[in-house]
Amino acid sequence: MKRLKAGILVFPGSNCDRDLGQSLENFFSCEVEYLWHSRSFEIQHDIYFVPGGFSYGDYLRSGALAARARSMDSLKAAIKQGRMAVGICNGFQILTESHLLEGALIRNKSLKYICRNIGLKGEGVFKDAPAGYHLPISHGEGNFIAGSDTLKRIEGEGRVIFRYSDNPNGSMNDIAGICDASRRVYGLMPHPERALLPSLDDALTAKRYGTFFFEKLFALL
Amino acid sequence: MVLADRIGNKEEAQKLGLLESEYELICDGLGRAPTFTELAMFSGMWSEHCSYKNSILLLKQLYSQSDRLLAKPGEENAGALRLDDRLAVVFKIESHNHPSAIEPYQGAATGVGGIMRDIFTMGARPIISLNSLRFGNPTEPRNKWLLKNVVKGIGDYGNALGIACAAGEIFFHDSYSKNPLVNAMTVGIAEIDKMASARAGKPGNLVIYVGAKTGRDGIHGASFASKELSNESAEERSAVQVGDPFMEKLLMEATLECLKKKLVVAIQDMGAAGLVSSSSEMSASGGVGMRLALEKVPAREEGMEPFEFMLSESQERMLLIVEKDRKEEVLAVFEKWELDAAVIGETTAGKNLTISFHGKIYADLPAELLAKKAPRYEREFQKPAHDLWARFNHESHQTPDDFSQLLTKNDTEGLGIFLQQLLSEPNFASKEPVYEQYDTDIGLGKIIGPGQNAGVYRVPNSQMALSVTVDGNGFYVAQEPYLGAQHTVAECYRNIVSSGATPIGLTNCLNFANPYKPENFYFFRNAVLGMSDACAKLKIPITGGNVSFYNESEDGPVLPTPTMGMVGLLEDASYTLPAILQPGERLAVLGFFKPQLGGSLYAYLRRRSFGGVLPPLDLEQEIRCGELLLSLNRKKLLSGAIDLSFGGLLYAALRLVFAANRKNRQTSGLDLCGVLSLPVKQSAVNFDELYFGESAHSYLVAYLPEKEKEIVDIATRAGVPFQPIGMGLPADLLKLGDAEIVMSQLQSSFENGLKLLFY
Repeated sequence: MKRLKAGILVFPGSNCDRDLGQSLENFFSCEVEYLWHSRSFEIQHDIYFVPGGFSYGDYLRSGALAARARSMDSLKAAIKQGRMAVGICNGFQILTESHLLEGALIRNKSLKYICRNIGLKGEGVFKDAPAGYHLPISHGEGNFIAGSDTLKRIEGEGRVIFRYSDNPNGSMNDIAGICDASRRVYGLMPHPERALLPSLDDALTAKRYGTFFFEKLFALL
Repeated sequence: MVLADRIGNKEEAQKLGLLESEYELICDGLGRAPTFTELAMFSGMWSEHCSYKNSILLLKQLYSQSDRLLAKPGEENAGALRLDDRLAVVFKIESHNHPSAIEPYQGAATGVGGIMRDIFTMGARPIISLNSLRFGNPTEPRNKWLLKNVVKGIGDYGNALGIACAAGEIFFHDSYSKNPLVNAMTVGIAEIDKMASARAGKPGNLVIYVGAKTGRDGIHGASFASKELSNESAEERSAVQVGDPFMEKLLMEATLECLKKKLVVAIQDMGAAGLVSSSSEMSASGGVGMRLALEKVPAREEGMEPFEFMLSESQERMLLIVEKDRKEEVLAVFEKWELDAAVIGETTAGKNLTISFHGKIYADLPAELLAKKAPRYEREFQKPAHDLWARFNHESHQTPDDFSQLLTKNDTEGLGIFLQQLLSEPNFASKEPVYEQYDTDIGLGKIIGPGQNAGVYRVPNSQMALSVTVDGNGFYVAQEPYLGAQHTVAECYRNIVSSGATPIGLTNCLNFANPYKPENFYFFRNAVLGMSDACAKLKIPITGGNVSFYNESEDGPVLPTPTMGMVGLLEDASYTLPAILQPGERLAVLGFFKPQLGGSLYAYLRRRSFGGVLPPLDLEQEIRCGELLLSLNRKKLLSGAIDLSFGGLLYAALRLVFAANRKNRQTSGLDLCGVLSLPVKQSAVNFDELYFGESAHSYLVAYLPEKEKEIVDIATRAGVPFQPIGMGLPADLLKLGDAEIVMSQLQSSFENGLKLLFY
C-alpha cells in the first residue's frame, strides 16, 4: 500500500504536533512532514493536520494569530485544490478563525479548562461510531457557537461529525466537530490521537476509538 | 579595578535582609566594604532561599547512594538517575508558597514555570508534572479564592506548555489558611550523552542571555521568600513575578534544540535571584571568572539600575555559556523561535564576577564568595513545651466510635449517611474537579493518570514507564517529626510499589516555619533525619530538593510539612498495576496491617484532633511486604492494588470500586457498581480503628479467585500475612456484614464533595 503523506502545520505554541505526528507514523505508517508557520509550503501531501496546543499563546483569541500565518495561505491553496485538512482542538479554532470552517469556539461555559474522556455520538462519515464511543477532550475554549442561519445550514447539510453525549462546554446543539460544505475540511475539539494507546484508569482502547476516527478519515482520501 | 558604584552600608544590608554579622563576613571576604550593587547581590545569594544557610549542614548528610545517580545532590539544577544505558530521569520539586499566598494565580503559575526550567536546563524534556497543595478550610471565601486561582495558575501554565499532569495531592487544614503550600514537581527524560551542565568551563567562552526581556518584576523575590508572611505582605505584590507559558514553550524548544545539537558548554535558568545566581553559580562551579556588561541585557523597562538587572526575577530567561565558534549557530536557533538572544559577556581567566554598566564597574568580587561561601548556621532546636497547634485540636464531644455502634446495631440507613458525609469531606472527596482542569493526556504517555496510587506514564521511545507520586503528612510530622517523616517516605514507597514499580529516587520540599525559633527547628531537624534514615533503609537515594522556611503567619506556623516526591521505574510498562477492583475479583489485605487512629484523617474529622499514638512503622516489614507485592505482580497474579495509608482500609476499598465504576461507565454508559463484601466479625474489635485506622506496610490487593492458592503459597513462604476480606460483584451495594449500603450514593458523595467548591 502506498504510504500516506501527511503535513502537520506547526505554529509557535503548538504542543500536540509531535503527538499527532508520532501517532500517524506509528499506527498508520504515514510519512509525516512538519510545516513551520513562517514559510509557505509545496502542496505535495495527501492530507493536512492543524494540531492542538496554544498557538501564539492563545493571545488575542485562540487561533486568531495562527490564522494569519504564512503557512495558512498555502493550506488555503491546498484546500482549493481539493486536499483534505483536519483541525484538532486548537487546530479547529485556527480553522474557524481562518473561515475555513464556520462558527467560532469561545470559552467553556464553566469558564474552566476541562480534560477528561467524553462520550460522543458520530454522525455523517463517522455515523458508525460504536455505542459508548469516547474520546479525550482537553480545552478551555471549546464552546461552539454559530449564528442561527449558519447553524441551520450546518445541521441541514448534515455537516456535524460529532456530538457530545454529555455536553461539557456549552456548545450549541452539543456540537463537538463539523466539516465544511466541500466535506474536505474537518474540525473537532476531541483528540483522537490520544486514544490509540491503552490506559488502565479509563476505558480507551485502540480498537474502538482513535483508530476508528483515523481509518474513517483516511477512507475519504 | 576602580569601582564606580557607591558603598553599601550596614543599614542598607539590614534592610536587604542581611544580618550584621553577615555584613561583616562580606567585608572580610572582600577585604573592603561592598558596593551597593554587590550588597544587593549578596542579599539575593545569601538569602535563605538561595544559600540554604540554615539547612545545608543537615542536608549535606542526606542519604544519596545509588548506582543510578548521575548528578550529586545540589550540584546541578535537578537530580538525575540513570534508567538504562541511554536514558536518564531528571526530577525535582520546588515550593512557591509565599508568592501564591499573595497572588495565587501568578504565584502558582511561575512556580510551575520555574521547576520546568530546572528540568529542561539539564537537557531533559519534561514529560510529566505533579503538584502538592495545602490550603485552609476551603469553605471560607479567601481560602476558596486561593484554591481556585492556584489551580487555575497551575493549569494555565502547564497546559499551555504542554506537559501532562500525572499526580498530586491536596490537603486542607486551618493552619495553612494564610500560608498555603504550593509545591510543584517536574519529571523529564534526557539522553545521557546530551545532558547539560551548569559549570562554565574554560575562560574565553561567551555568556549569552536568552529568552524574555528583563524588567523590574520580582526584585528581591528570594529575600521575600525568606521572611514570615504578615498583613503587610500584600503590599509586597511587586515581588511576585508574572509568568508567560508561551514564552516558556519557545524557550524550552529552543533550549532543547541547542542542547541536542551540543552547542552549549553550560546553562542555567535565571530563577531566584536571577542573573546573580545563574552567573555566579556557573562561574564558581566552573572555577572561572566572568565579565558581564549589563547594558547588553535585553530590557523591557527604561532606567534600570545595575542592581535591578542583577536581581530581577523576570521569568522565562536562561543564561548560556557557549564557545565562540558556536555563537552563530546558537543565535540562529533562537532567531528561529523568535526569542531574544544577546551576548552579554564572557568567561575570564580569574575567579571574579565583574559587572559593568556603560563602561563603569559596579561589582567585582569572587564568584565563589557569592555562590558558595554564604555562612552556614547550626540552628538550635528544642522540643516545644506545649502543642504548637493546640488551637486546632479541640477534642469534640463526638465519640470516635460512632461507626462501630452503627455497625453493631446493623443500622443500614445510619451507616449510609455516615459514609456519605465522610466521603464528601474535602480531604476524603475525589480530587477530580481539580485535576480535570489539568491536561493529563498530552504526550501520549498516560497509563494511569491522577487519582490512583501514583501516576504511571510511558517513557517515550522505550518499553519503560515511570511511576510518580507526591505525599506529605502534616498531622504525623506535627505529632512526631522523625517517625512522621519516615511514614511519609514509607507511604511514597507503597504508592509506587502498588502501581507495580520499583522506587528509584526521592526529591523533597521541606515546608517549615521560621528556623530561628528553636521549636520550629526541632521539627525540621528531626523530620530531615527521619526522612534520610528511612531512605537509607529502603535504599532510595535522595536526589535533591528544596527548603521553604518561614511558612507561618501572625496566627502561628503551618503544620510542619515535608513533601516528598518519589519516582519509580517499571522496566516493562505492561506490568503496570491499577488501583481497581472489578466485579468477579477477590480482595485481600496483604501485609503487616496494624491500624491506629492516632494522627489519622478519620480521627481528626470525628474528634477535631490529630493527637494520639501514630501507627507503628517497621521498615524491614515494609520492604518484605513491598518486595512480595512486586514479585506477585511479576508473576501476573494480581489485577489491582492500593496502599493502605491515609484514610484507612474502608476508604481504600471504596476507592478501588469507585475507580472501576468510573472506568466501566465510560464503556457501558451505566453506573455498574461492584459489591464490596466485607465481613464483620462480632468480636471485641473496634471497627473505627479497623476500617479507618491508618497503617504502614500493608496493601489491599485484587485478584482473580483462581489465583488465590498460588498467592497464599507465595505469601506464606515470604512470611507476610495475607487475609482475604471481600470481593467485587456486579451489583450496586456495599455489604458490611449484614448491612447493605447503596454504592452509587457513596460514589456520588465522593465525586461531588469538592465539585461544589468549583462550580
